[in-house]
Amino acid sequence: MATRSRTHVVVFLAPAVLVYTAVMIWPLFNTLRLALYTAGEEGRVFVGLANFATLFGDPRWSGAFWNALGNNFWFFFIHMLVQNPIGIVLAAILSHPRLRFAALYRSAIFIPTILSFVIVGFAWKLILSPIWGIAPSMLDAVGLKSLFAPWLGREGSALTTLALISVWQFVGIPMMLIYAALLSIPEEILEAGEIDGITGWAAFWRIKLPLILPSIGIISILTFVGNFNAFDLIYAAQGALAGPDFSTDILGTFLYRTFFGFQLQLGDPHMGSAIATAMFAIILAGVCVYLFAIQTRMRRYQF
Amino acid sequence: MHKARHNPLNSLAAHAALLTWTAVALFPVVVILVNSFKTRKAIFREPLALPDADSFSLVGYQTVLKQGDFFLYFQNSMIVTVVSLFFVLLFGAMAAFALSEYRFRGNTLMGLYLALGIMIPIRIGTVAILDLMVQTGLVNTLWALILVYTAQGLPLAVFILSEFMRQVSDDLKNAGRIDGLSEYTIFFRLVLPLVRPAMATVAVFNMIPIWNDLWFPLILAPGEATKTLTLGSQVFIGQFVTDWNAVLSALSLAILPVLILYVVFSRQLIRGITSGAVK
Repeated sequence: MATRSRTHVVVFLAPAVLVYTAVMIWPLFNTLRLALYTAGEEGRVFVGLANFATLFGDPRWSGAFWNALGNNFWFFFIHMLVQNPIGIVLAAILSHPRLRFAALYRSAIFIPTILSFVIVGFAWKLILSPIWGIAPSMLDAVGLKSLFAPWLGREGSALTTLALISVWQFVGIPMMLIYAALLSIPEEILEAGEIDGITGWAAFWRIKLPLILPSIGIISILTFVGNFNAFDLIYAAQGALAGPDFSTDILGTFLYRTFFGFQLQLGDPHMGSAIATAMFAIILAGVCVYLFAIQTRMRRYQF
Repeated sequence: MHKARHNPLNSLAAHAALLTWTAVALFPVVVILVNSFKTRKAIFREPLALPDADSFSLVGYQTVLKQGDFFLYFQNSMIVTVVSLFFVLLFGAMAAFALSEYRFRGNTLMGLYLALGIMIPIRIGTVAILDLMVQTGLVNTLWALILVYTAQGLPLAVFILSEFMRQVSDDLKNAGRIDGLSEYTIFFRLVLPLVRPAMATVAVFNMIPIWNDLWFPLILAPGEATKTLTLGSQVFIGQFVTDWNAVLSALSLAILPVLILYVVFSRQLIRGITSGAVK
């Protein structure tokens, strides 16, 4: 084998490595680098960490940044609190061994996940719209009309409403992953539990749940990464200004407005890069917490 | 023994819970589709009723097809998705083969390098990606999108495919080598056909995010000639906000292709997710 030429290894690797490096890794580092510059009179000027000082401390920028960051954490919090528990419960019900129509339910519940944010955003905007009146008339039918409000138009409720719409859309993903994990639990373990008198919900809490913890870890980190680079739903439903009055602004929309410019605001690639760098740091921190703190401590069971 | 886990009351509750969520999941889609076939008056008067002879109308679809260039948008989305998938699968499989088949210095490091992109979203680098596309003159071309989606899809593709390629028998490949086949022939003729199921999984995982992406079309290719269906419908609906027939019809037209893709590929998608390809 030693005499054989090794060029084929290079040929096999080259296209993937080249495209990946040129379009993903290099721009990523370039973005981190651009955050250290600012536009001067004659091209770029190196300013060190000044952009970050501006972003975190200058009142013209920091208000918007901390607002977007706080909103983003709220967005993530709602997903963890609502999406993942619903996903787990649906998966637990679906994995019932003799449930009929399980495949049908599974496919139907997954449908919102495949739709684009544009469709989802506008569809919910229409349904929740006081002009069309679907939501109020449905609430009226159950005698709760007084609860209706133009949720998407109110500062206090718009972000939570959008987060719940996103939950509605993506609940299929935790459901599928947990469902797969539940199916891989061997029957013998459950039967052993039954002999000890552990059945039904007790079996779920005391046998299945500990076994699917690694999958719950994975859906948590997927949710985290997905939420902290989210953009599309807010943009489709509320526009780039993330109204009303920036109450639904998250890091993705803030980045878009800053670096690309919007209406009267001119694009600023350097401040944009600073925001992207902050997003990168947050996502990296989340991934590290997952890899080092959660994954290594979690016991994996081999069957 | 099994009785304990199956009593009819439990099963009834299970169906009730699943039916409720299925209704919640499908309701908005159904409302949009149903109302897109109704007259404006009927949309507002009876939003939950099915269209009948009186209220049936295609006026929304007529506006959409007259005003928006939906066929062009559809074609753009199709080209971008298919070409990106082709490159993701081809380049991804080649790299996966190199990593799983040959021992060379830096193999593990290369694997880790390519895996970085699984967790770090490519959007973080958008500022410099736009710079790059401006410099290379690729802004407002479909190539800009194809390159980005290829780079975005490669990390997971390499990861999944190399797991599968490790399972291909060495005897088969060595038999090929003894017969004098080149490494390229071994890859294309012997290995690729055997990992076809894994390739399908990778394709299905990548297809939907590419088709539905709004961020990169908005930033890299917002021109009229290169709009994708997702961006095109976003812009169109934004312009026709007050024309409810047109908006509902545009939404329905945007739902349709994805729904068809889903019906065709759902078994593959669900099998892919549940087979643990992403563990």
